[in-house]
Amino acid sequence: MGRYVARRLLQMIPVFIGTTLLIFLMVYALPGDPVRGLFGDKAGSPQVIASLRHEYGLDQPILVQYFNYMKDMILHADFGTQIASGRPVTDVLGDAFPVTLRLASLAFAIEVVLGITLGVVAGLRAGRATDNVVLVITLLFISVPVFVLGFILKLVFAEQLHWLEPNVNDSTNYGQLLMPAIVLAAASLAYVTRLTRTSIAENVRADYIRTAIAKGLPRRRVVGVHLMRNSLIPVITYLGTDLGALMGGAVVTEGLFNIKGVGGTIYESIVRREGTTVVGLVTILVLVYLVANLLVDLLYAVLDPRIRYA
Amino acid sequence: MTTIEEVVPVPSPGEGGADGTPLLEVRDLHVEFHTREGLVRAVNGVNYSVDAGETLAVLGESGSGKSVTAQAVMGILDMPPAQIPQGEILFRGHDMLKMTGEERRAIRGRRIAMIFQDALSSLNPVLSVGYQLGEMFRVHQGLSKKDAKVKAIELMEKVKIPAAAARVNDYPHQFSGGMRQRIMIAMALALEPDLIIADEPTTALDVTVQAQVMDLLAELQREYNMGLILITHDLGVVADVADKIAVMYAGRIVERAPVHELYKRPAHPYTRGLLDSIPRLDQKGQELYAIKGLPPNLLRVPTGCAFNPRCPKAQDVCRTEVPELLPVTEQDGTELVGRASACHFWKETIHG
Repeated sequence: MGRYVARRLLQMIPVFIGTTLLIFLMVYALPGDPVRGLFGDKAGSPQVIASLRHEYGLDQPILVQYFNYMKDMILHADFGTQIASGRPVTDVLGDAFPVTLRLASLAFAIEVVLGITLGVVAGLRAGRATDNVVLVITLLFISVPVFVLGFILKLVFAEQLHWLEPNVNDSTNYGQLLMPAIVLAAASLAYVTRLTRTSIAENVRADYIRTAIAKGLPRRRVVGVHLMRNSLIPVITYLGTDLGALMGGAVVTEGLFNIKGVGGTIYESIVRREGTTVVGLVTILVLVYLVANLLVDLLYAVLDPRIRYA
Repeated sequence: MTTIEEVVPVPSPGEGGADGTPLLEVRDLHVEFHTREGLVRAVNGVNYSVDAGETLAVLGESGSGKSVTAQAVMGILDMPPAQIPQGEILFRGHDMLKMTGEERRAIRGRRIAMIFQDALSSLNPVLSVGYQLGEMFRVHQGLSKKDAKVKAIELMEKVKIPAAAARVNDYPHQFSGGMRQRIMIAMALALEPDLIIADEPTTALDVTVQAQVMDLLAELQREYNMGLILITHDLGVVADVADKIAVMYAGRIVERAPVHELYKRPAHPYTRGLLDSIPRLDQKGQELYAIKGLPPNLLRVPTGCAFNPRCPKAQDVCRTEVPELLPVTEQDGTELVGRASACHFWKETIHG
């Protein structure tokens, strides 16, 4: 187990270098320039621009810039400075990340609880009316785009029924975060439901379930212990990657509900051509994603003893 | 998760039996499956009974309805698609088909237990064997997790699994096939049931292990004086263990006999065919007999005797009239106890 974790951590190094380099190159391939962006419509004097470019190291070749950036990051945990505000990227992320974290956790909770419950209910009644109703609902959730769903919910629950606030004014208020969390969770919830349903419907016919019934176990124990343990393994895989994706923020949902999260911050940085900010933010998100994936893989071994890591 | 059950009253071991009521009696049992292709009559009026300490072997090819009958007795048929339109399953004189789900569940595992064919797929792959064995005590007797584990180790020792205490936390895939089947047996034995149904317990095992497992099962049956229903298609397995045999074909019992009588003098052409298709050392070099044709499709069972298209002795009457399961007698008319055959020509088959 220890060796496996060590190997996985080592594997993260090339992944980490690859992603950061790719993002760095892609941001610099875009037309535009963060220093020019500072001046807006006015044209700055060439001397000032040149000196600013020198100050931020933008006059050096791209690979040298990348090397310097990585050196600072690894040696001083310095993820760069946001040019527009002069603040360190870690500070910028420090503001945005808790907001995204709250939104993501709420969405994740909705997705896990509702998705698995609906999946189990549908799976146990595979082929019958309940199953078909759940199937249609999930199909709707998957096919309706996020912004459409967001606007519909806003229109119904905020504008007409006045149950919920249309926008998030206070990102620590979970009541206000509820609607965006539902919108964010909708598609994943549908996938979780379908995965659970398929897995349950398949395993419910397994021989060991027949054995469990023949042992005279009560139904809730047959389903809760024997069926669920086996059926949740594929669902956990999906949930793990989805948690990583949720942490990366949601540009559309955050925009719709006026949430100052990671997604919005990255979007702004891209618009302003701030390579360092984008790379800094994404690098941290890549790390979060990799760790989430590792945890899921380790969770496998806990759920399924046939999987052993060496 | 601990689930302790309120104790549902179950007929006590003393009840029935003494006054001649068999431990288990199946009367005119019918089981149907409603499928897309039509109605499948898997079991058509099966009758059999088992007493305490007795072993009944139910013999037949795949699809003969032997497993379905057993699952109906156990109450583990999927209903729907399965249906039991008529029949009675009397356990110590009480009809289990009239019991509530809870009453039946209290009997399952505690009074009637089942051993399945493929122990690898029949044991839960993600739970340790100790947990799966201990579950019996936790659910039915309300024992704590710790006490249940101690009991699980005792059980594993009982079925002669070496180093039981060290292996109690292992998972099914870490055991060999024979050891896994011993765990299945231990699980069935856990609460010392009155009746064990073993559905092809040795089919998935290699021959040497088969003998060990059968010996163990027979030994434990004697020790606890349990009734045993042994479902198999292997005549070799049956000979040493069974007291009486019921041969099934297309959902009916076609012949019933005490074990040695059946081997000596079969009274049904199907049984004769089965016996003739056992390889024998004294017939080395000769071609092995095989019953021609295939088991019938249960959607379209042949008219008359279901065996008639494959039967070497079939006459016109076999194609029109379903033979009843009738007592078999000696040539002089003396009754042969416990023998019956569902063949129009049983006399010719047994006596000449």
